[in-house]
Amino acid sequence: MISIEKVFKQFDKKQVLKGVSFSVKRGETFLIIGRSGAGKSVLLKNILGLIRPDSGKIIINGVNITQLEDKALQKVRLQFGLVFQGSALFDFLTVEENVGFYFYQHTKDSKPVIRKKVKDTLALVGLEGIEDMYPYQLSGGMRKRVAIARAVIYNPDIIIYDEPTTGIDPIAVDKIVSLIENLHNQLSITSLVVTHDLEVGLKIADRLAFLLGGRMIFEGDKASLDATKDKRVIQFLKGSSAGPIKEMEV
Amino acid sequence: MIIAKTIDLFVYVGKMSFFIQKTVSGFIFKKKNLKTIFREMVSIGVDSLALVSLVSFFIGIIIAFQTAYQLKQLSAEIHIASLVALSVVRELGPVISSLIVAARCGASITAGIGSMKISEQIDALEVFAVNPINYLVVPKFIALIICMPILVIYADFLGILGGFLVGFTKFALQPNFYFNLTFEALGAKDIIGGLIKSVCFGGTIAFISCYEGFQPFSSTDVSKSVTNAVVRSFIMIIIFDCILTALFYFVVV
Repeated sequence: MISIEKVFKQFDKKQVLKGVSFSVKRGETFLIIGRSGAGKSVLLKNILGLIRPDSGKIIINGVNITQLEDKALQKVRLQFGLVFQGSALFDFLTVEENVGFYFYQHTKDSKPVIRKKVKDTLALVGLEGIEDMYPYQLSGGMRKRVAIARAVIYNPDIIIYDEPTTGIDPIAVDKIVSLIENLHNQLSITSLVVTHDLEVGLKIADRLAFLLGGRMIFEGDKASLDATKDKRVIQFLKGSSAGPIKEMEV
Repeated sequence: MIIAKTIDLFVYVGKMSFFIQKTVSGFIFKKKNLKTIFREMVSIGVDSLALVSLVSFFIGIIIAFQTAYQLKQLSAEIHIASLVALSVVRELGPVISSLIVAARCGASITAGIGSMKISEQIDALEVFAVNPINYLVVPKFIALIICMPILVIYADFLGILGGFLVGFTKFALQPNFYFNLTFEALGAKDIIGGLIKSVCFGGTIAFISCYEGFQPFSSTDVSKSVTNAVVRSFIMIIIFDCILTALFYFVVV
């Protein structure tokens, strides 16, 4: 489904990704964990084709997107639904226009038809009666759920969650985690979750990879994570400041 | 230092040219969203009316006072009408209105796009396979090149009205007489020249404000981009005004 092979990316003189490789299978929830600044967001932008890697391959459903021109890349992007770290709802549009954005832009569906789809999808994420509100009128947790509704409404092949629980309170975190699990079970969508919140990540992941200093130092399932002897991974799991991971590596 | 600044200038001009090319291409070839254009026109045109009215009216009054002070010595006060009309229609109407729109709407456009950029809304557009230039810039460009001439006609009218107020109250010039003198002085070339200027200035504000909006990488960069947008718009408006005036009155005679 997604195969990343030896991806390198440098900004100015800083090498952010140093040969990252991993693969995500159809239908699974794959977790990428790592400290803040480890290169997770840059990796995501490469996968979405928002920035191009300096070298390496990014294969989405059999197509190497690093070679594609902008128009072809746009089609590939529509296979993704992305939940941004800060929700990234369009602040000049209502909730209905945000959630139904895909249909307003890419289909000729009438407004009532789109409104019905939006209503159904908002109900799926546990929100009702907020179609005519603007993003600034919503709480952080609600904005996150609206962002999830906007990402799943057009049934994309893959949903990417970028730090889905950052900046919201613990109760809202629990709701978001349950929602991600339910959506995965109900819609059987392939999910890629990027987070530094290990507790949240382990609840929802089938397999995971650990990104450190621009390199994947671990890839496997939860059992192999428990069995790993890599001291860097163990330090991260313990959340200890003492160990082989130094500030310089971030 | 000078070499680095020169290179920066060439890079800026190159990037801006590329940006203008993409915007014009979107303007010509892409389907337009009338609802968005209308929303932008309201934001740019209607919301600028009060400030344009106030400034233009007082500019008309000030020019009338200044010219009257000189003309009084020659006992030629009746020429106030023609001097106010020509100054306002040829120069002050287009330039003052454009500077107001650049400061008020241009800054707002840059801040709006800049905050969208740092809150990942621009990335969200791209993920939805929507071109940010066609979606955000083209409607603002169209709204500005439509609204600017309308605002300038309105500013011209209020400037002339300001001049009339002085002519009527201070020098007892009757309304019919004053407006006859005004329209006798004005030629089609003056009015059309002013309107062409306003369209050029509207396009300039759109290109610079939108381009600067795409530059910030963090929230602290937004204020810098807004300042750049306003300063660069002011500079370019004055430079284009100089070029167009030379073109209208000394090249195309």
